Amino acid sequence: MAGIPHDHYEPKTGAEKWLHSRLPIVGLLYDTLMIPTPKNLNWMWIWGIVLTFCLVLQIATGVVLAMHYTPHVSMAFASVEHIMRDVNGGYMLRYLHANGASLFFMAVYLHIFRGLYYGSYKAPREITWIIGMLIYLCMMGTAFMGYVLPWGQMSFWGATVITGLFGAIPGIGQSIQTWLLGGPAVDNATLNRFFSLHYLLPFVIAALVAIHIWAFHTTGNNNPTGVEVRRTSKAEAEKDTLPFWPYFVLKDLFALAVILVVFFAIVGFMPNFLGHPDNYIEANPMATPAHIVPEWYFLPFYAILRAFTADVWVVQLAHFVSFGIVDAKFFGVLAMFGAIAVLALVPWLDTSSVRSGRYRPMFKAWFILLCIDFVVLMWVGARPPEFPYDWISLIASAYWFAYFLVIMPILGVIEKPLAPPATIEADFKSHYADPAE
Amino acid sequence: MFRKIAISAVSALVIGTGAAMAAGDEGHVHDVAFSFEGPFGTYDEHQLQRGLQVFTEVCSACHGMKFVPIRSLSDEGGPHIPEDQIRAYAADFLVADEASNPQLFDAANDSYRALKSTDNFPANHSANAPDLSLMAKARAGFHGPAGTGINQLIHGIGGPEYIVSILTGYTGQEKEEAGTTFYENTAFPGGWIAMAPPLEDGRVDYQDGHDNSLHHLAEDTAAFLMWAAEPKMMARKQAGLTAVLFLTLLSVLLYLTNKKVWSAVKGPRKEH
Repeated sequence: MAGIPHDHYEPKTGAEKWLHSRLPIVGLLYDTLMIPTPKNLNWMWIWGIVLTFCLVLQIATGVVLAMHYTPHVSMAFASVEHIMRDVNGGYMLRYLHANGASLFFMAVYLHIFRGLYYGSYKAPREITWIIGMLIYLCMMGTAFMGYVLPWGQMSFWGATVITGLFGAIPGIGQSIQTWLLGGPAVDNATLNRFFSLHYLLPFVIAALVAIHIWAFHTTGNNNPTGVEVRRTSKAEAEKDTLPFWPYFVLKDLFALAVILVVFFAIVGFMPNFLGHPDNYIEANPMATPAHIVPEWYFLPFYAILRAFTADVWVVQLAHFVSFGIVDAKFFGVLAMFGAIAVLALVPWLDTSSVRSGRYRPMFKAWFILLCIDFVVLMWVGARPPEFPYDWISLIASAYWFAYFLVIMPILGVIEKPLAPPATIEADFKSHYADPAE
Repeated sequence: MFRKIAISAVSALVIGTGAAMAAGDEGHVHDVAFSFEGPFGTYDEHQLQRGLQVFTEVCSACHGMKFVPIRSLSDEGGPHIPEDQIRAYAADFLVADEASNPQLFDAANDSYRALKSTDNFPANHSANAPDLSLMAKARAGFHGPAGTGINQLIHGIGGPEYIVSILTGYTGQEKEEAGTTFYENTAFPGGWIAMAPPLEDGRVDYQDGHDNSLHHLAEDTAAFLMWAAEPKMMARKQAGLTAVLFLTLLSVLLYLTNKKVWSAVKGPRKEH
């Protein structure tokens, strides 16, 4: 699909023409910054900027932290304390980095659920969605390995549990786990490679972000109505859009500033609220913590991992049908990765003819239930796996899969959607008075 | 007044213990109003100095504090002790477990040297007691409701409160198990702790003549350990406050700019 028609950069002076004929980089920046953007975007369209900010924040603070950190099992924990006590502003760098990860994930979840509600994944934006899912996977890998680096109790035991998941793969699992860890157990080799990859992956994310932006700049942004920008001519397109600069840059920066007020209040006044106290105890392979809990942003998927125990009939059925190859542990691993996989598949699971959830009365109710389901999974993920939490996590996990695999495909067929507005301009005019009048 | 509250709190804990222990629950931790709580709270340097005295005379016999540099005792916002006093303090410090501190071994004299203010506090594994450098951040006093941790927004995470509750939570009951004596403690998860009651009324005579009843000793110790775990708390809160104020101002300016720019293309919201 061709981009939305708009004015392009025209080099004027001799020097500009000289550069432009050799490397049209100014034109690229101009087109990116002046991209026609649907003028009816609401406040849920600010998370992209917040996420970009988070990536820059994490890389900037992380590069400096890496200058003072020592990736060795006997020195890692002490080097973090050295950062906290001796490095100029080190306590701030570390708390910004640790809480920055939380802001990153909060923003990405709101960004993903925004996309789910307004149908941002639907044709022609499937590639944008898939690239986004790859970014999310890389974020999870980066965050997981980053959490191991301080070498506290939760670092060590979290790493042991999560790498153990790969050990559940039948046949080759043990070999994969050993290969990942660089040895039979989480040790110095593991810490070293996690440090290396924790430094590498953010740059992979940065590259994927560039492709993500490239993709949706090609298709144009989705918007709350899900109605496409008219693009037969520049004049038509201008009725539906406004240039990204200055309208959306200022709007996004305002939203970012408000979010940063809250973020710096957390960093300044309660920086350990989102962390686990056990990670202030140095890693000890001889002492297992009473409860091993991942960071809050992994809890929903951790809950799904633990929900499918050997006494669940689905697990028993899978065990029987697969001649015992799929046991409860492997089933849990499949469920956890499957829970993310179904997210990636929504462009093909959604059968609705209407893009935006705003015009889908039945969808709205199921979607709100999905949001509640996600929060419930996050809550039970941190609770011990006993009654009633085992039942709650099983029901909540079942709903997660049912929503994507059953409800979503059926809804598109049986639901009678409302009529979306004909154009973005019509939607905008129905909400806001014309300032010229 | 405060003593009354503390006593009634402790007795309430003792009474309330039975149910919690029966449920195999976490111990009871009571809230303490520390000077360093909230966005504007600061350490009370006199309290930290008293806590240091308790640590030196009591805790350090069994516990190490190996991540805390002794020189940081002179930091502003912390105990703020003059540097010459710290040098004298370091030289007099009794290293209870020399074998665990090889950095202090002086090969030329084939003996362990005295501490210097540039050293960290020594490690101590003599009694198998945990290191106290980060203890105030390594425990959460409050978890609820239903494990969500939301009450930490009101009370704080509760590390120092946990320490106070442990130090004042002994019931006097003891039991022997596999040759080890355990002491009943209302704050300890499971209810029985291997640490003998370290403090009682008047256990330490404060140099500043402050009241040395048990709950004062416990709170001063907890405050000192909070400082040991988070020595830069004052600077952090100051930086946080500055950031919040400037970002609030920036938000207002951006709000007005945004409104002005959009006013040309977007009128007031229509009523439906």
